[in-house]
Amino acid sequence: MEKNKRLSLPYLIWMAIFIAAPLLIVVYFSFTDQAGHFTLSNITAMGDYTGVFATSLLLAAVATVICLVLAFPLGFYLSRLQVSTQHMMLMLVMLPMWMNFLLRTYAWMSLLEKNGLINRFLGLFGIGPFDMINTSGAVVLGMVYNYLPYMILPLYTAMVKIDQSVIEAAQDLGASMFQVLSRVLVPLSMPGIATGITMVFVPSVSTFIISRMLGGGDTLLVGDLIEMQFLGNSYNYNLGSAMSLVLMVIVLLCMSLTNTSGEDGIEGVM
Amino acid sequence: MKRKHFRMIQRVYLVLIFSFMYMPIAIMAAFSFNQSKSRTLFTGFTFKWYKSLFHNEMILRALGLSLVVAFSSAVFATVVGTMAAIGINAMGKRSRAVINNISYMPVVNPEIITGVSLMLLFVVMKDGVAFLNARFGLTLPENFFGLPTLIIAHISFNLPYVIFNVAPKLRQMDIRLYEAALDLGCNPKQAFFKVILPELMPAILSAFLICLTYSIDDFLISYFTSGTTQTLPIVIYSMTRKKVSPEINALSTVMFLSILAIILTSNYLDSRRDRRER
Amino acid sequence: MKRTLCAIIAVVLCLVTLFVGAELETDTVVSDEPIPVSPDYDWKRFAGKGVTINVYNWGLNISDGTDGSVDVVSEFENLTGIQVNYTTYDTNESLYAKLKSGGASYDVIIPSDYMIGKMINEGMLEKLDLDNIPNIQKIGRQYRGLPYDPQDEYSVPYTWGVVGIVYNKNMVKEIPDSWDALWDTRYKNSILMFNNSRDAFAIAARRMGKSLNPKTREDVAQIAQELKKQKSVVQAWVMDEIYDKMEGGEAALAPYYAGDAQIMISENPDLDFVIPKEGTNYFVDAMCIPAGSQHKEAAEMFINFMCETSVGLANSQFTNYSTPLIPVWESLDDEQKNSPIAYPSEEVLANTEVFEVLAPEVNAAMDRAWGDIKSYSENGNGWIVPVFLLLAVALIVWNFWRRNLKIRRDNY
Repeated sequence: MEKNKRLSLPYLIWMAIFIAAPLLIVVYFSFTDQAGHFTLSNITAMGDYTGVFATSLLLAAVATVICLVLAFPLGFYLSRLQVSTQHMMLMLVMLPMWMNFLLRTYAWMSLLEKNGLINRFLGLFGIGPFDMINTSGAVVLGMVYNYLPYMILPLYTAMVKIDQSVIEAAQDLGASMFQVLSRVLVPLSMPGIATGITMVFVPSVSTFIISRMLGGGDTLLVGDLIEMQFLGNSYNYNLGSAMSLVLMVIVLLCMSLTNTSGEDGIEGVM
Repeated sequence: MKRKHFRMIQRVYLVLIFSFMYMPIAIMAAFSFNQSKSRTLFTGFTFKWYKSLFHNEMILRALGLSLVVAFSSAVFATVVGTMAAIGINAMGKRSRAVINNISYMPVVNPEIITGVSLMLLFVVMKDGVAFLNARFGLTLPENFFGLPTLIIAHISFNLPYVIFNVAPKLRQMDIRLYEAALDLGCNPKQAFFKVILPELMPAILSAFLICLTYSIDDFLISYFTSGTTQTLPIVIYSMTRKKVSPEINALSTVMFLSILAIILTSNYLDSRRDRRER
Repeated sequence: MKRTLCAIIAVVLCLVTLFVGAELETDTVVSDEPIPVSPDYDWKRFAGKGVTINVYNWGLNISDGTDGSVDVVSEFENLTGIQVNYTTYDTNESLYAKLKSGGASYDVIIPSDYMIGKMINEGMLEKLDLDNIPNIQKIGRQYRGLPYDPQDEYSVPYTWGVVGIVYNKNMVKEIPDSWDALWDTRYKNSILMFNNSRDAFAIAARRMGKSLNPKTREDVAQIAQELKKQKSVVQAWVMDEIYDKMEGGEAALAPYYAGDAQIMISENPDLDFVIPKEGTNYFVDAMCIPAGSQHKEAAEMFINFMCETSVGLANSQFTNYSTPLIPVWESLDDEQKNSPIAYPSEEVLANTEVFEVLAPEVNAAMDRAWGDIKSYSENGNGWIVPVFLLLAVALIVWNFWRRNLKIRRDNY
């Protein structure tokens, strides 16, 4: 047994070098200036970007809530199906996820444009055209579309474990539909909800592709800001690192709020 | 009566949500056969975008590179990850929890941060190498940005997935099987290869496949660590930033169909195996 | 049942693949004659040596073989046996960031004037060996010894042009011959704007009658103020995404570079291009070799190849950018030669200004202001804060409820 432990050594070394060390470098850069001296100015400069952080958090939160509302009934429906049908439906849910993320987002561009398909379609009935692309609404839509499966799957995993007889018992005891929902379904699927929220919120809050393709550079998100500091228009490593640090703190905070811990999180997705 | 209404609502809801999920893909596929470059007006049927796609050297090269990176990183990650899972399984409860939490870090961390932090690490390493070369007159390679950094980055984000896939299987496994093999005269090596490994194989295989798909699909982390090389998602990104050609629609259709084909085949094989076992 | 379905779909997929494959078979690649190049240059010296050069260019800035044009990069590969890894960027600033970060190393880059000056100042460029680039003789007098590189030591001009307004004649009634049009509330949400700080600031500065090379931080702040005012009418900040948006009639007005404007006009005849009366920016993009290039001589060969008359002509016809190569200009047809967009008159050119290298603190201020502008919103997005508060409250309530539930459960 002792010998077996040593098998994990390459992994531990790898993680130390390529996961832990880079994060420490981020921390180091965020507290130094270009010459390498200690400074807090990167952190204080963050004050200028409060608006961006607020927009990101808000849009990500809205997208998460929409995902939850959309996915909850679907997850429940899936979990009540026969096992063989369940597999097929799950596949249907996962299939779009295997398409490249950029291509999926790009597909929405041609739908939402001013002369896009949706406006053309509405035009047949004499409605519109609406300004849909390059708005924060479009960004939220992109987030919901891309990350909806990440909400459905954990919800489904949690709900499959709920015994039908528990629901029936509640109904027999006179619970209304709302009561069944709030006293039985929601509490029992809580682990799935928590995981789903993290799985949707974290990528939404840090994306820069969606805002760039669907937001037209108008809705700036934290992800855009970070990308701009490293590979974009305003080159500043130290500021970028500080932003990454703040983003990391936000994510950790979100995780502690939803109480997602190591293992139950990952199971839902795979 | 009320039941019937409920059923109706359910149906409508299902149709709506699935058309929401599939409509964009279907429309992209439809417009890959469009004669003109317009993304909204269908003018005629053609295969020409598929033709030019398969002659687009940049895309083919990028696809090749993506496959190389995906396979090499998935193999490495699977081997090291499986070893690590066995090692971690042998540890005490507390250290196991600590390591699991650390492994969880890259999974929940926003990808952009993993990408940025790895890029910073590589830049620092590059400076370090340059310093060593200048100081000691060495000739270590300084321009390692590209394939090596891409593979390293992909291994790093794939490793945790292997562990999380293999570890539960290990925990379920009966340790007595291994002990029985030892009692029956196997040496530990034989016992491992004849008893433990076959038992773990399905989990290892699925871990490998997950690594493969994540790695082929990854854009954000590659974007920051790729140097001058271009993987398929990076080419797609630069295509969407330019005057867009319907080749991109053709590409998505091809990708979607190949994924569909893979899933259907694996499903078919599965069901055949089930039947045979019965 | 399910199995049969699977089988049917699989068969259909196979058929589709076969069909597409068969279609592809019929398409034989026609290999044209190689492009003519000067015979007295040793093009073959790297053949078979396995040399690969990294070329980093603007998007859509080279003749790439689509629509029957010459594929310049593969012509070069075939001629010299040097492999080219060709990638693209969309702003000078992102090129700078990529180079400066050390995240990539390139052999040929094509930045604009002010960026070349900045890079020379920071020692990021390699001096060229002009013996390897004899074709530099073809560059016209007026494009040599420009202020950013007075001795022609670091750069060989590739294209030049001016910035103007591309507009859709169906959507804009009068000719928008003033930058004011980009602030016009009548075109709210139909205006596109440059997604890079330098070009955006230049437009606002010219509109205010200022130089597009701000000297002080106060200048930057004033111009930034003007750009913030514009934000409510702008639909999107774009670079090369502009092609699709303007050609598809997604927007009415957009400032862009003359060369690209001509491509858009040829795709959509409703479009036109005008150079505003307040004057504009005159730019030169030039080929350079970044410091630390591994294959400097091969890179110089590439630059020389790009200055071949035949290659320059192919590029000029494909990109529609104005060429600094005199023989290329001479071999253009008359319509192109005298095009007011590509080769504006002396009098228009007199009212233009070239970007200069800004003082570091002005540059920093501009970067900062750019981030500000992009994240600024005029109406303060009044709903953000209340909604945010509401969400926070909901989160707290939910947490309490959950904890309560747990306590209740534990009491059983």
